[in-house]
Amino acid sequence: MIQRIFRPPAPVERWFGWSDLLILLLVGVVIYLGIQLAFDTPAIVQGPQISLHPAALPYYALLSLGRMLAAYALSMAFSIVYGRAAARRTAASQWLLPVLDVLQSIPILSFLPVVLLSLTAILPQGLAVELAAIVLIFTSQAWNLTFSFYQSMTTLPIEYREAAAIFRLGGWLRFTKVELPFAAVGLIWNSVMSWAGGWFFLMAAEIFSVGDRDFRLPGLGAYLQVAADQNDLQALLLGIGTLVVLIVLLDQFIWRPLLAWAERFKVSQVESDNPATSWFLDALRRSWLVAAAGRLLAPLERLSEALNRPPQIVDSLEPADEARRRRWLGRALGVGAAVVIAVYFGLQAAQMLIALPLDAWGRIGLGLAATTGRVMVAVALALVWTIPVGVLIGTNDRAARLLQPVVQIFAAIPATALFPVLLLGLIAVPGGGNLAAVLLMLLGTQWYLLFNVIAGASAIPQDLKYTTQLLRLRGWRRWRTLILPGLFPYIITGLITASGGAWNASIVAEYTQFGGQTLQLTGLGALISEATAIADYPLLLAATVTMVVAVVLINRLFWRRLYQVAEMRYRMDQ
Amino acid sequence: METRETLLRLENVSRAYGFGDRRFTAVEKINLEIQAGEFVALLGPSGCGKSTLLRMVTGLIAPTSGTVYYRGQPVRGVNPYATMVFQSFALYPWLTVRDNVALALEARGEPRETRYSRAEQLIDLVGMDGFESAYPRELSGGMRQKVGFARALAVEPELLCLDEPFSALDVLSAEALRGELMELWTGGLLPTKAILMVSHNIEEAISMADRVVVMGKQPGHIVSEFKIDLPHPRQRKAPAFEALIDRIYGAIAGRTEPEAKEVGTPPGAPGLTRILPNASASALAGMLEHIHEMHGGRCDLYKLDEDLGIELSDLLQTVEMAEMLGFAQVEAGDIQLTLLGQIFAEASILTRKEIFAMRARRLPMFQWMMKMLKAAADQSLPWKVFFAALSLEFPDDIAEQQLDVAIDWGRYAELIDYDDRDEVIRLDPSQGRAVDLVR
Repeated sequence: MIQRIFRPPAPVERWFGWSDLLILLLVGVVIYLGIQLAFDTPAIVQGPQISLHPAALPYYALLSLGRMLAAYALSMAFSIVYGRAAARRTAASQWLLPVLDVLQSIPILSFLPVVLLSLTAILPQGLAVELAAIVLIFTSQAWNLTFSFYQSMTTLPIEYREAAAIFRLGGWLRFTKVELPFAAVGLIWNSVMSWAGGWFFLMAAEIFSVGDRDFRLPGLGAYLQVAADQNDLQALLLGIGTLVVLIVLLDQFIWRPLLAWAERFKVSQVESDNPATSWFLDALRRSWLVAAAGRLLAPLERLSEALNRPPQIVDSLEPADEARRRRWLGRALGVGAAVVIAVYFGLQAAQMLIALPLDAWGRIGLGLAATTGRVMVAVALALVWTIPVGVLIGTNDRAARLLQPVVQIFAAIPATALFPVLLLGLIAVPGGGNLAAVLLMLLGTQWYLLFNVIAGASAIPQDLKYTTQLLRLRGWRRWRTLILPGLFPYIITGLITASGGAWNASIVAEYTQFGGQTLQLTGLGALISEATAIADYPLLLAATVTMVVAVVLINRLFWRRLYQVAEMRYRMDQ
Repeated sequence: METRETLLRLENVSRAYGFGDRRFTAVEKINLEIQAGEFVALLGPSGCGKSTLLRMVTGLIAPTSGTVYYRGQPVRGVNPYATMVFQSFALYPWLTVRDNVALALEARGEPRETRYSRAEQLIDLVGMDGFESAYPRELSGGMRQKVGFARALAVEPELLCLDEPFSALDVLSAEALRGELMELWTGGLLPTKAILMVSHNIEEAISMADRVVVMGKQPGHIVSEFKIDLPHPRQRKAPAFEALIDRIYGAIAGRTEPEAKEVGTPPGAPGLTRILPNASASALAGMLEHIHEMHGGRCDLYKLDEDLGIELSDLLQTVEMAEMLGFAQVEAGDIQLTLLGQIFAEASILTRKEIFAMRARRLPMFQWMMKMLKAAADQSLPWKVFFAALSLEFPDDIAEQQLDVAIDWGRYAELIDYDDRDEVIRLDPSQGRAVDLVR
C-alpha cells in the first residue's frame, strides 16, 4: 500500500527572522520582474483546438506524461545538485536551506499567471506555454525531493563517511556507491509524492484560460475541460478513465517495483517486517528480461568504471582550522548583494504597488478573508470525515482490506481533473460556484489528511491499547486519552500539507470559464486570475505578493508552532 | 625486532574543538611511537579521547597542534598507509559481502577482473567463504566484523587500526574473533606491519597486545604504558596475567584525590569544572551494596568487574561517582568504602536519599545550580539557561549530558526537579529532606 505521508522538513528553531524577510522580499522581486516582462504579452492568446474524439486520447495522455517526465527529470537533477550543495556547510550553503524553506511553503499556483505572462512575452507562444507548465510542475515536485536528498546527506551515518574516507573513495564512487544508495528510499518515496502533486498542477496548467488569453495546452486536462464544457459525458468519463489508467499503470509498473527494489537500501540492520512488494518486480526477476536488462546496463557500468578516479589526497573529515572567518566574510558579501538587489527592485515594486488605488487594496483584503474562509471550511470538512474513517482503516484490518484499495484509486485522481466534472454538476445549483470551489479544495486536501490519520492510528502502540482496555476506557474517554493524542502529530503533519493544497486550489477554483461564461467568486485566487485577464499588472503583483506573504506567515506563525508542540509532546513511536 | 623501524610517531598532538571561550580540549600533547611488528592497545575510560586519537592516526581528524608522522613524513589528509576496522562495522547495507570488500579495491583503481578474485581470497582468509553474496543484514555481528576485517585487509595496510572492534559483539563471538585475529597476526598471515587497537576492555588488551597505553581524561592524555611480554596464547587465569590486570586497573582508576580537587570548581569559576560521571544513583546504590555485602567493604576493581558483569566504562563512571560523593576511596586498583559509604549501603531508601542529598549539595555543580535557582523568581529557571552557562565550558553534547546527569542525581536527592513539558528546572520544595517530609 502506498501511503502518502508527507512530513515537513525538520523545523528551524526560529519562527520568522530577518533572513526570511529578505528571502520573501527577493521572491517579491522575482514576481515583480516577471510582471515587468508581462507588459509585452499579447492581449489575445490563442488556445489549442481540442478534439474530443476518443482516438485522440492516447496522444493527449502522451503529451501530459511527457511534460511530467521532463519536469521530473529537471526536479531530480536540481534536487541532487542543490541538496548536496546545501549539505556542504560552506558560505553559500547557509543560505540554500532557508531559501528552500520559504519556497516550499509558497502556494505555487499563484505563480502560474506570472510565469505564463512573462514567458509568453519573450518566447513563441506554444513553447512558452509548454515551458510554463514544466516550470510549474517542477516547482511542485522539486522542494520535497530536495529536502529529502539534503536530509539524507546530513544524516549519512558518520561511520559510512569515515569508511568512505578510509578506503579512499573518489567523488564519483562516493556518490554512486554511498550517497545515492543511502538517499534512494527517501528519493523514491518522495518521487511518488511529487508525481501525485505534479498531476494536480499539470491539470491546472493545461486548463488555465482567462478572458481573451487562452493558455491551455493540448493534453488530458484540456480534454476534460472541453468535455465538461460541451456537456459530453462520454468524453468526460473516457478522459478520467484514461487518466486513472495512466496513473495506475505508472504505479504498478514504475513506482511499486522501484519501492520493492529499494528495500535493499534500507539502512536498518534487521529484516523489515512488511517490506514493500511488487508482483511486477518479482516477475521481472524470474524472467529472461533480467538478463536482457543486465546486458543493456553493462555499458553503463563500464562508463561508471571509467569515471572512477582514485584520489591522490583524501581530505580529513575534520580539518584543523574550521575556516570560520572566510565563512563569515562570504556570508556577509552574499547578504550584502541580496540586500542591494532586494532594495533596488523592491523600491520599484513598491512604486507600482503605491500607484494601486485604495479600493483595489480593499478588494485584496476582502479576497484574502474570503479565500482564508474557504480554506478553513475545506480543511474542517476534511477533518470531520477523515478522522473516523482513518481510525477505522488504521485499527481494523478487515476495514483496511476493503477500503484501502478504493481509497487508493480515488486518491490517485488529481483534484484539478475532477473540477470540470464538479462544475458540470453544480453550475445550476444556487451558490454552486462557492460549493464547487470548497469541494475542489476539499478534494485537493483530504487525501493527505486521510493517509496521515491512517498512519497515526496504526502507529498507536499495542500495549497502550491494552492498557486502555484494562482501564475500561470507552467511547469519548478512549478517544480523548488515547486516540486523539496519538493522532495529533499526524493530523498536524497532514494539515500543513492539506492547507497548502487548498490555497493552491483557490487559483483554479475561484475563477473559471465554463460554458462560454466566466464564473468569478470573491477571493484572492479570483483576483489573481482576473488581473491576468484584464492585464491589470499592479493588481496582479499586489494580489500574488499578498497570497505568498499570507501563506508563508500562516505557515510560520501557526502551523510550525503547532507542529513543534505535536512532535515534542505527542510522539508515541520513538 | 632488533632493527627498530618506526612506522608511526605522534609529536605533541592535541585536538580541540570550538573557538575562544568555548574551546574544549579533547586530547592534549600526546607523544607516541609505534614500531613495525608491534601490537599496541589504547586503553582508557570513556571520554578520554582514545577514539579521537585513533582518528588522528588515520588522518580522519587533523590535529589542532602537533604532528602525526608516518615513516617520518607528516600525514596530510587521510593516511594512505593506515586502515580501520570499525566498532559498528560500517559495512554498506546495500552491498553484498563481496561488493563491500571489492569496493575498497575498486577505490584503488583495481581492474574489474582481479578485483573480485582478490575479494574472494580475502573472504576465504577470514573464513566467510560461502557468504559472498549475502547482505550484511543477513549476518550475525561476528560475521559482519569478519567482513570488516576482510575489507580492511584488502587494501594491504601497513598499519591496521581497530576501533573497539569486538565491543558490539556478543561475548562468544568476540572471543572467537579475537582468537582468529591473533592466529593470523602471530602466524604472519596478515599483510600488516603493526596493529593499533582502541579498547575499553582490560583483559582483551592484555590478552592481545604487546604494549598497553593507558589514557586518562579531562583532557585526554597518556597516563602510563605497560609492556606485555607473556607468550601467546595467553592464559587469563595465570597469576602474571591477573597481576597485570590489577596493575592496569590501578592506572586507569587512578587514586582518589583530596576532596577539593576531587569535586573541582563550579561552572564559571576559575579552576577545572569536574565533569559529573555519567552514572545513575541507582547504579551507585547497587555497587556500594555489593561491595559492602560480598566483599566486606573492600575489593579489587577487576573482581568487581567480573562479579557485576558490566562494561568497564560504566563501572569506572560509577566508581568515580562514589569517589566524588565521598562514599569510597580508590588506590592501587582497590576500592574501599568509607564509613559514610558503609552507612549508605546499610541504610533504608529514605535515609539513602538524605545522605545522598547531603553529599550532592557539596558538589560545586549543585551549589551553583541551587544558588541560581534560589535567586530566580518562583525558584525555577529554564533548562536553556543552565545549558547556555555550561556550554561556555563544554561542547554542546557534553553540556547536555552533564545536565541530564545533574537532573538524575538531583531528582534522586530531591534537591531539584525538572519538568519536561515546559523544560524548566525547579528547586524541589523538600530541598533534599526526604525524611522530614514523610514524617
